[in-house]
Amino acid sequence: MSDIVATNQTILVVGGGISGMTAALEAAEVGKQVILIEKRPFIGGRVSQLYKYFPKLCFPTCGLEINQRRMNANRNITVLTMSEVTNLQGEAGNYTATVKISPRYVNANCTACGACADAVEAEFDNEFNYNMDKHKGAYLPYNMAQPQRYVIDPRMIGTDDAQKARDACKFDAVDLDMQEETVELKAGAVVWATGWRPYDANKIQPYGYDRIDNVITSVEFERMMDPFGPTGGKLVRPSDGKEAKNVAFIQCAGSRDRNYLKHCSRICCMASLKQSTYVSEKYGDEADVSIYYIDIRAIDRFDDFHQRVKDDPNVKFIKSKVANIVENKENGNPTLNGVDTEGYNRYANEHDLVVLAIGMEPSVDKDTFPIEIKVNDEGFIEQDEANGGVFAAGCSSDALDVNRAVQSATASALRAIQVVNRVAQAEG
Amino acid sequence: MSDTNTSMVEKYRNNFLKEVEANVEEGEWVKMCMQCGVCSGSCPLGPHWDHPPQELFMMIRAGKRDEVLESTSMWMCTSCYNCIVRCPRELPITHIMHGLAHYATRLGIEPKNQPTRKFAQLFWDNLARNGRVNELKLGISLYFMNGIVEGIKTALGMAGIGMGMVKTKRMNPMEILGGHTVKDKKGFQAMIKKAQELEAARVDN
Repeated sequence: MSDIVATNQTILVVGGGISGMTAALEAAEVGKQVILIEKRPFIGGRVSQLYKYFPKLCFPTCGLEINQRRMNANRNITVLTMSEVTNLQGEAGNYTATVKISPRYVNANCTACGACADAVEAEFDNEFNYNMDKHKGAYLPYNMAQPQRYVIDPRMIGTDDAQKARDACKFDAVDLDMQEETVELKAGAVVWATGWRPYDANKIQPYGYDRIDNVITSVEFERMMDPFGPTGGKLVRPSDGKEAKNVAFIQCAGSRDRNYLKHCSRICCMASLKQSTYVSEKYGDEADVSIYYIDIRAIDRFDDFHQRVKDDPNVKFIKSKVANIVENKENGNPTLNGVDTEGYNRYANEHDLVVLAIGMEPSVDKDTFPIEIKVNDEGFIEQDEANGGVFAAGCSSDALDVNRAVQSATASALRAIQVVNRVAQAEG
Repeated sequence: MSDTNTSMVEKYRNNFLKEVEANVEEGEWVKMCMQCGVCSGSCPLGPHWDHPPQELFMMIRAGKRDEVLESTSMWMCTSCYNCIVRCPRELPITHIMHGLAHYATRLGIEPKNQPTRKFAQLFWDNLARNGRVNELKLGISLYFMNGIVEGIKTALGMAGIGMGMVKTKRMNPMEILGGHTVKDKKGFQAMIKKAQELEAARVDN
């Protein structure tokens, strides 16, 4: 990897999700040199794990493909996957980043034929599907993964399986001797786009995510709709595989709650409204959706979408934050207990499946941030002079939907471009 | 209607929320309620309340003064603290419930036959006398709270438990003669008196 060329006029983009890709493309397409660092073996981030976007209900794979094509076509971008920034020293116009590159154990010869995956037996939890299923020890993270190259799970190294993968490869692509590398890269400016992760639902004790099979999170529900996902595109209950027609969505699961996340995660209302259409998509008029909410925060142009879902006779809105969930042991149905705000009626409603509209938190812990940076109480990066030439993009700066994340990324790209332009002027 | 009550009505007119903020313990938190309903849903005695906490907060904001203060609802609170622990906005709901009950009592408009209210009064009177709770006297006054016949019946029914408590030294029959006190009983009573004066001055202003 010593062939990576980086100077004080290089823009380092940390994180290869929709925000990082956008920032990298915006900067590269005006001629700047960009190095994109991505922790996972592929770029695309959490958007690649979505079935549909709101409010247009189009497929993210479409937009991702366009961005991937733009990236592949652009010579100014160097992508490092399975890499992490562990340190950043210097100041605006003169940074040195320490980057740890983990071994993929598969080199550029890979044709993604899949022979290695067929050869191995070991299986590991599939992080791409939020651990709802397993992937083989040699795997392609998902069908459209970029780079289109297999990965050998490091837990398999040293086993017979790893050897089988190497023997199965006709192209000498499996290299079990690859080692972790640490490189130092120069950069003039940094766009920090490390994104978000779903809040840990186990912490919301009254909702029983840890003990009730049929209580799942919105990100898991999203994966179920993928025809290549853990359920093969079926909306079914985890406990018994029964069709999930009577589905409850619980809003603010973790968000707007001083016991969990103080902030409003912004996306969850629209996510649940969107996901209510998934139930109709699968079961038509047999769909029976209940949305439990404090307020529906579908603002501006999203209000049309909200009204459209409200007009659907198969979707009920219950103004109440559910107090707790208990399992009906006989049929596996979660029973939701609470009191509604429109009449103060006490309810105990049974549903086939409960989806927690889980909150969004920054993917980097604020207490162990690898670089010097100003973060707020929630761990999102503040826009602060003290951050010098490091600019937050997308969900590392706030809880944002894709649209607003892309806007944020474009703004950060512009700020980074201004820094390297100043460097270019000074260096003549 | 007591004089204090009349003057409070006069003072705050239709702004019951302001009255609660100024006079009820932790009352300034009421406006922070976002009506999510988790308190009401988490309350183990919830089904027995006429108006669950969330509704009381809305009624306060809506200026339903009499309905709130004369309600038996807040007297149902057993201080289990489930609501406080779960409230997304960390409202001290338990304290507000007791604050409302206490304020209603100060104004003399609390529900007179609410058993929790009666017991609370008995407990306070018992404690305020010596600075220590006299279990024997508290038990007896509780049994006879609803008249002599029912009192004897209850006392007989509880005799076994009472004897057990005496045997294990959890209760001393000699307490009937006055009972144990704090070290400086006079000082304690002076302190209570002063506190009551301060409280009265606060409410009257």
